[in-house]
Amino acid sequence: MSSYARPAGMREALELLSARPCRVLAGGTDLYPLAGAELGGDVLDLTALSDLRGIRTDPGGLRIGACTSWSEIAETPLPAALAGLQAAARQIGGRQVQNSGTIGGNLCNASPAADGVPPLLVLEAEVELVSPRGSRRMALADFLLGPRRTALAAGEILAAVILPDSALRGTSTFLKLGARAYLVISITMAALRWELEGGRFRRLSLAVGACSPTARRLHGLEAALIGLPPSEAAARVTEAALSADLAPIDDIRATGAYRLTAAAELLRRGLREAAA
Amino acid sequence: MIAFTLNGENRATEAAPTERLSHVLRERLGLTGTKIGCEAGDCGSCTVLVEGRAVCACLTPVAQVEGRAVDTVEAQSPILTRLRAAFLRHGAAQCGICTPGMLMAAAELLHRNPAPTMAEAEVALGGVLCRCTGYRKILAAVCDTEGAGPAPLPEGNPIGQRLPRLDGAAKVAGDLFGADVWHEGALVLRAIRSPHAHAAFTLGDLAGFAARPGVAAVFTARDVPGRNAFGVIPQFADQPAIAASPARFRGECVALLALEPDAADPSADFPIRWEPLPALSSPAEAEAEAAPLIHPDRPGNRLIEGRVRKGDAATALARSAHVVEGGIATSFVEHAYIEPEAGSAWMEGDTLCIRACTQAPVMDQEETAAILALPKHRVRILPSAVGGGFGSKLDVSVQPLLGLVALKTGRPCRMVYSRAESMASTTKRHPAEMQGRIGCDAEGRITGMEFEGRFNTGAYSSWGPTVANRVPVHVSGPYLTPHLTARARAIHTHGPVSGAFRGFGVPQAAIWQETLYDRLAEAAGLDRLEFRLRNALRDGDASATGHVMEATGIAACLEALRPHWQRALAGEASAPGMRRGVGIASCWYGCGNTALPNPSTIRIGLTAAGRLVLHQGATDIGQGSNTVIPQIAAAALGLPVGEFTLIGPDTALTPDAGKTSASRQTFVSGRAAQAAGAALRGRILRLANAGEGATLRLSDGKLTVQEGATLRQIDLSALPADAFGYALSAEESYDPPTTPLDENGQGRPYAVYGFGAQMVELEVDSTLGTLRLLKITAAHDLGRVINPLLAEGQIEGGIAQGIGLALMEDYLPGRTENLHDYLIPTTGDVPPIESLLIEVPDADGPFGAKGLGEHVLIPTAPAILNAIRHATGAELTRLPALPHRILAAMREAGR
Repeated sequence: MSSYARPAGMREALELLSARPCRVLAGGTDLYPLAGAELGGDVLDLTALSDLRGIRTDPGGLRIGACTSWSEIAETPLPAALAGLQAAARQIGGRQVQNSGTIGGNLCNASPAADGVPPLLVLEAEVELVSPRGSRRMALADFLLGPRRTALAAGEILAAVILPDSALRGTSTFLKLGARAYLVISITMAALRWELEGGRFRRLSLAVGACSPTARRLHGLEAALIGLPPSEAAARVTEAALSADLAPIDDIRATGAYRLTAAAELLRRGLREAAA
Repeated sequence: MIAFTLNGENRATEAAPTERLSHVLRERLGLTGTKIGCEAGDCGSCTVLVEGRAVCACLTPVAQVEGRAVDTVEAQSPILTRLRAAFLRHGAAQCGICTPGMLMAAAELLHRNPAPTMAEAEVALGGVLCRCTGYRKILAAVCDTEGAGPAPLPEGNPIGQRLPRLDGAAKVAGDLFGADVWHEGALVLRAIRSPHAHAAFTLGDLAGFAARPGVAAVFTARDVPGRNAFGVIPQFADQPAIAASPARFRGECVALLALEPDAADPSADFPIRWEPLPALSSPAEAEAEAAPLIHPDRPGNRLIEGRVRKGDAATALARSAHVVEGGIATSFVEHAYIEPEAGSAWMEGDTLCIRACTQAPVMDQEETAAILALPKHRVRILPSAVGGGFGSKLDVSVQPLLGLVALKTGRPCRMVYSRAESMASTTKRHPAEMQGRIGCDAEGRITGMEFEGRFNTGAYSSWGPTVANRVPVHVSGPYLTPHLTARARAIHTHGPVSGAFRGFGVPQAAIWQETLYDRLAEAAGLDRLEFRLRNALRDGDASATGHVMEATGIAACLEALRPHWQRALAGEASAPGMRRGVGIASCWYGCGNTALPNPSTIRIGLTAAGRLVLHQGATDIGQGSNTVIPQIAAAALGLPVGEFTLIGPDTALTPDAGKTSASRQTFVSGRAAQAAGAALRGRILRLANAGEGATLRLSDGKLTVQEGATLRQIDLSALPADAFGYALSAEESYDPPTTPLDENGQGRPYAVYGFGAQMVELEVDSTLGTLRLLKITAAHDLGRVINPLLAEGQIEGGIAQGIGLALMEDYLPGRTENLHDYLIPTTGDVPPIESLLIEVPDADGPFGAKGLGEHVLIPTAPAILNAIRHATGAELTRLPALPHRILAAMREAGR
């Protein structure tokens, strides 16, 4: 038998979820492609939870409700540090998917090629997970365990993505590479956030997607580039420098070797953007 | 109950809360304007507005629209009205299957931004795929919605007029395709398909399965009453409608379920045991010594080999000043029409009626009758609107399955393929492995060519023989080639069935020959366009098959490109990190069947009440025969095109106008329409005792003939009904004059050839191997342009498919059976296109017209590859030219 619930309050949602395991539905853009005429099983639809929708400033950070759509993220005026996230929001699927698809769904779907993840990694994103026992926060990097695997426990709901104040400074960018213009699964993509001081990187965060089981921050490379001017930093980004952190595979979209070459180039271009 | 506002009205549904909104709209609320192309958010054809925002109805649970406003293509709004008019004016709808999604995505944009730029429109429509138009006319329409409504149809000669499609109003309203019409209570059919490329199977307790609630009947190969082997070329017919063990390709139908209308799909429990067998996955494996035979009567797994031999190519090459040699391989390419195969069937007395999407109603009738052991007259095919075909809907798909169930159960039924099913089970473009040499003399005149092509024809014959025959005939390109040896063989594998796809192998061959010609021009020290012009076939030249050419338009096309070419070569420098390149390639293509008869018949009648009726059996799959054939008929008859009422195609109502294939409808059916128009005109003039210069007028049911100051009225109601039931009518046929090819491929395989050349300007990113197309300029010789608007649409759409072939399309069974792993171009992948319509009239064509539909795809891919090489030195040996392949080829070229 199947059931469907679309509660308006978090308490009710958590009760339903603890009563029995459910498929948690938000925008539907990842669940429906695998469904028949209807989505079977017990379904818990989170889209009526008003708390889960929208972007607001909280003490300590910016809070993006898990059911906030990519269009809303793209269209909301946000600090320059989120420019990369907003750029990604405009390149996830087509307009229709951006209008339905949510940030929380993108994270829970845990695709290695999720365009939303690298920009969030450079924003030091945390996820807020709620359960009847309360809520916990976890770094996004720890939440994503592997392809289609997350740290979401049974009975837990991803309620929000929190971007800490410390990460809302500086500027960011997102560079996506695919084999066609729109509606394309990335071959690779890179996100960068930086703060410059005297023409040199004072802070720098780098992340690359689709080159490892989950998108990765490149802490080692960041450390090596801090203190350098952008052009010099760009020159230091080599495939060898990435190969410690990334393990791209061959698939129908590209070879692993090409992915590494491309990731390095996207990072160099992002770094050069910082000089502009 | 879930209640919402639908197109301004309150509606409620008993649907399950998680039912797809697309399903609710179509199945429960009867609004079939919203089309389903993929059920995965990959194609956008189901785009609707929820609270003004575009979403895919297939991804939207109906519960999420409770209390909200949903707008579909059936809505009426000022923005939609303007968009519809603009789509018609610009020729933005061809087959019409993507049109509802395009309109709704555009409506969201115009609501936010009433005057968008092309770039803004491109982004907003980036989530809707179109396979026909190449998008440029759609984008232009979205950016030009303030213009006037449709202009009135011309009273005078309509030849050469930019007439909007005569069937356009239905296209912009949400036309009725294969999936959109069914009888109340129709059984729903589901095929059980092989999950393996090659596997034996054993069926379990079918009777027990058939007794399950919701299962009306189960059919297997044993239930096929007639010849369980179809194939477009009768002597090769080998493909079972429902296969007995073993299955020979992934996706092959092995059983058919007929389900009650609302039954759950029990396919997963179907009693079948699979035993996978070793599969021959490539022609190399299939041709290896001791390889098992897929069809016991085809040694070496060879379906056929086609040959053309003229002169002595080996000696000519040995004596040549310059010789280039090379090879290139292409992939399976999927047609990716946005409409998956679909249809419905029912019995009318003794007659089996099948309404389905098709390119070839009479062939469907013949195949279905043979499979079901019925006389042909007991099968009636009523083609639906066709949401793209491009060759694959020439073969039957749903037709025999629908027919079998309607015949055996006596109940109406319907069948709609899923996207995955459509991709896995229907035909593909043949993957080609091509090798050879071309030489020229010191002045750059082609001396000879040797070509060998191996084509993966998959598990069954389909159009493999046509590909093998067309390739050697066309592989010289439109160039004078005194010595030629060309062989093309079609080899069976356990791959998908390769069949017809816009160009029948000629696009693959052109990729080989046109990229080698660039190298040859370079070796000879000649400009690449001038090299082609120097070698272009001219009137009186003999082709490689010994056909003495007439109305040879290739030189005119190349000359038309010359100023563009010179501008591009002198063009601006590349941006840093980018390398600019310019490429060119030509095409020629014989219109109609290769060295075989392919007649068309057209009937025109005038009723006693003065209605002018055109029996138009040339299936319009988006290319425009519903407009072009009336234009030709009207011009020949001398009555305004707007007077025609169109009937058909319908095998019970229209004479056979052949298949929509081989770029033959404008030429062959057009000639029949011209003849029928002229014959009816002759009959009218004789009745009126008037001369050829008289003018006809039809108004208020009265036919008037005017010659000078003399007016004569013909009282149609007073005339006795003729054999077709008309007051006056004419039916005429045309079959292009061809001769069979001898054992060396010599003869006149086509009556008419069309010609073209395209030029591509692009930039390659020198670090990433990605590229940006900047502009494509296309010169095509149409003989006589019947309708420039539709001709441009064909060119732009063909170019888009050529871009896909060159850069992104790669069908891998079991891996890219969807539209997010199998990529076709989006709005952002097709650059501005300038069409140069050249007219070198052909004596055989109607008013001089030649075919165009396939020609337009042929030069694009090689022109892109030539531009990549010009920009970077990279020579691709495998398509598609994905970024990693381009980058690897650049490194190999050392640049």
